[in-house]
Amino acid sequence: MIRRFTVLVLLAGLGVVFFSLWNGYTPDSELNYTASYYANQTAKDVGAANIVTAIIVTYRGLDTLGEVTVLFLTAAIVGLVLHRDKRSEEETLRALSPSGELLMTGTRLLVPLILLLGIYVFVNGHLTPGGGFQGGAILASGVLMLLLSDPLRLMSSRLIAIVESTSGLIFVGLGILGVVLAGGFLDNRILPTGTLGAMFSAGAIPIIYSVVGLKVGAEFSSMLVNLSKTENL
Amino acid sequence: MADIAIATGFIVILIGLYGALTNRNILRMIVAFAVANTGVNLVLVGIGHMAGRTAPILDSAVPAANAAKRIIDPVPQALVLTAIVIGVGVTALMLAYAYRLYETKRTLDISKHTELKW
Repeated sequence: MIRRFTVLVLLAGLGVVFFSLWNGYTPDSELNYTASYYANQTAKDVGAANIVTAIIVTYRGLDTLGEVTVLFLTAAIVGLVLHRDKRSEEETLRALSPSGELLMTGTRLLVPLILLLGIYVFVNGHLTPGGGFQGGAILASGVLMLLLSDPLRLMSSRLIAIVESTSGLIFVGLGILGVVLAGGFLDNRILPTGTLGAMFSAGAIPIIYSVVGLKVGAEFSSMLVNLSKTENL
Repeated sequence: MADIAIATGFIVILIGLYGALTNRNILRMIVAFAVANTGVNLVLVGIGHMAGRTAPILDSAVPAANAAKRIIDPVPQALVLTAIVIGVGVTALMLAYAYRLYETKRTLDISKHTELKW
């Protein structure tokens, strides 16, 4: 009882802080300095129609590299924490009952479509809402469906590792190419920026974001594979 | 509009923290943290909103020439995109550790895990 009361008092204090923040908040009527720089310069400098993508992939590209690294670390630690030896893994998976007809047929129908949607989302990241992270998450949901329908398949973690590491290498390689051929690390102008809004525009952004999509998809998939191997308990 | 979104976000944060502090089951605590995380994202996106403006994507409706007058702030959106992805990673890590804890004690009740208590 005392514990719950303490919790409520703490949260009431936090609520007062939040309320005063909310009460004193007036929305801007003009974009601030940074935002108006991005709004005015994106079309000229980067050539991407989606300004959020331009910020994430080019203006703050190094931060995105860091973010992808954090995600990689997470996937690696999940793998490390959940690691078990191979034999017990196969034994637990063999004991599972087969999945139903509906799930099997639905998987066969839906997985190619889900993968296609994921690829569409990250290839068009510079034009439409979406991009590498969203597309990667969609790809991983296709992998999740495969895992649900057929846990025995043991999604080859080697394929996931290969996709993950090659796309990471290409990402860093494109960044270094930016230093050599254009203005700096991860500069997208190593390819022509093209016309605003065209499929092949915005320089290297579509390539970089596709690679990010593959990498994020592979990392999420490896987390899912590792978590699904814990089914015995 | 932005006011409602920000107020909702703050309330969702409080709900999430209440759940995380009062539940004894580790899985419920993880879900509560995910709820609080969603609230933070909602507040951040709400702060970027400006009345009468549109999404920061340039097309025929939003020509590049007067984009600064037509679009909302793109920076919070980029931040939230990052925050969502990191949130997924944090949730996955918490789930992995919860599994390990369950393996050692065969229970998810946090009050049975007393090693770090003082």
